[in-house]
Amino acid sequence: MSEINLAGVAVQIDEDGFIQDTGKWNEAVAKALAETEGITGLSEDHWKIINYLRKYYLEFGIAPMIRKLCKETGYDLKTIYELFPSGPAKGACKIAGLPKPTGCV
Amino acid sequence: MAINKHEMPDSETPRLDELEKGPWPSFVTEMREAAGKKPAARDLMRQLEKSYGEKVGHWKHGGIVGVKGYGGGVIGRYSDSPEEFPGVREFHTLRVNQPSGWFYTSKALRQLCDVWDKHGSGLTNFHGSTGDVILLGAPTGNLQACFDDLSDIGFDLGGSGGDLRTPSACVGPARCEFANFDTLDACQKVTMAFQDELHRPQWPYKFKVKISGCPNDCVAAQARADFSLIGTWRDTLRIDQEAVKAYAAQGMDIRGEVCDHCPTRALSWDDAQKQLNLVAEDCVRCMHCINKMPRAIRPGVQKGATVLIGGKATILRSAFLSWVLVPFIKVEPPYTELLDLLRRITDWWADNAKSRERIGELIYRVGMRTFLDGVGLPAVPQMVKEPRANPYIFWRSEEVK
Repeated sequence: MSEINLAGVAVQIDEDGFIQDTGKWNEAVAKALAETEGITGLSEDHWKIINYLRKYYLEFGIAPMIRKLCKETGYDLKTIYELFPSGPAKGACKIAGLPKPTGCV
Repeated sequence: MAINKHEMPDSETPRLDELEKGPWPSFVTEMREAAGKKPAARDLMRQLEKSYGEKVGHWKHGGIVGVKGYGGGVIGRYSDSPEEFPGVREFHTLRVNQPSGWFYTSKALRQLCDVWDKHGSGLTNFHGSTGDVILLGAPTGNLQACFDDLSDIGFDLGGSGGDLRTPSACVGPARCEFANFDTLDACQKVTMAFQDELHRPQWPYKFKVKISGCPNDCVAAQARADFSLIGTWRDTLRIDQEAVKAYAAQGMDIRGEVCDHCPTRALSWDDAQKQLNLVAEDCVRCMHCINKMPRAIRPGVQKGATVLIGGKATILRSAFLSWVLVPFIKVEPPYTELLDLLRRITDWWADNAKSRERIGELIYRVGMRTFLDGVGLPAVPQMVKEPRANPYIFWRSEEVK
């Protein structure tokens, strides 16, 4: 657990770089998180996915399943990986300020 | 291996040292050797020693790390005591897709280990129970460079998370005369056809494909794989009576060792004629007689495989053994029928499963009829899971005339 400064906001992040207090998220924080993932400049496509994840999370309290994300945003998985090279969980969810999705080994 | 230094009171790892005693190989010995070169390996031993003492694990669970373009293949591992054990602060596992049948050139192994000495702890596990090469312990910052170097020497990552796990196959026809199809080729073709599903998790949970060339099932597909392909034959055992006589002449108790262990008593021994008789339709292809008398008994000539579905360890429900889905399928290039079936099954499962529900559990929840409708397969008697299982299929009303 460490604290970093993202777009002027001091936020706690875990080892994988996920912010701990999802309430501190805003669009400027998202841009700063994107840079930690090596993404410079968030396009309209990026925002469509980020906003969908954000909305789903605020409504249901969890991240959507990946298949649902693809269906509802209209982007196939290949496109999502092109937009977020580390993938929907590690990349897109992190930038959308969601808590770390529970993975399995 | 009672080396004196391990009995010295100042050993850092007295509990681990116990595991080096006796005539057996020991992972502790291997780790100790690595610890001489890598601080990570030393801290791994110290942390494990602490865990043995406290009976508590010291790994955090649930890290998400990876390489660009892939969602699987790397498993995040962090020590929960990084100040005490800085060498294992970040100690991620890489799964590397093994070659079919685990055949390597010594050159490939050296290259693999050179890459791992450069980027990781140097500790490996050949092979994990998934079948992959397991590379144990790299810091986050080295993962991408390690993956790039692995790619350069022709290796790729395997599966982890909610994806197709690295398919694995028994050694098959490369070294075994019992193989009923080319397990190595089938495994490689399944792996290549499902690359996207292997590297980019998009499923409710793990999905395992394991391939055995005969019912001896050397990769334990039936107990472990969601989709098992197990070699079989459609016709009858081939018995060479002269070779049977030779076994008898060597003093083998054919009735006691072979016929009495035949689960359906399909075989009987005529002691007067020195002849082994078979009731072909009673044979359940258990392999016992072939294993006992490989020179005398062989599988039939119409070779192929049985597809089984639903094996898994305990998660939502108890452990399941797989049961028969397709009694006989030809397994030959280009494997169109097999790959189509696998695609239909995984599509149906991904559309219908809850999070962390394996396909066996989904079928258990919604019923076999719903599953068969979903994947377009007919109900056949061989699907009855076990003796005294409910063998009835409820027809849908529109099917009843």
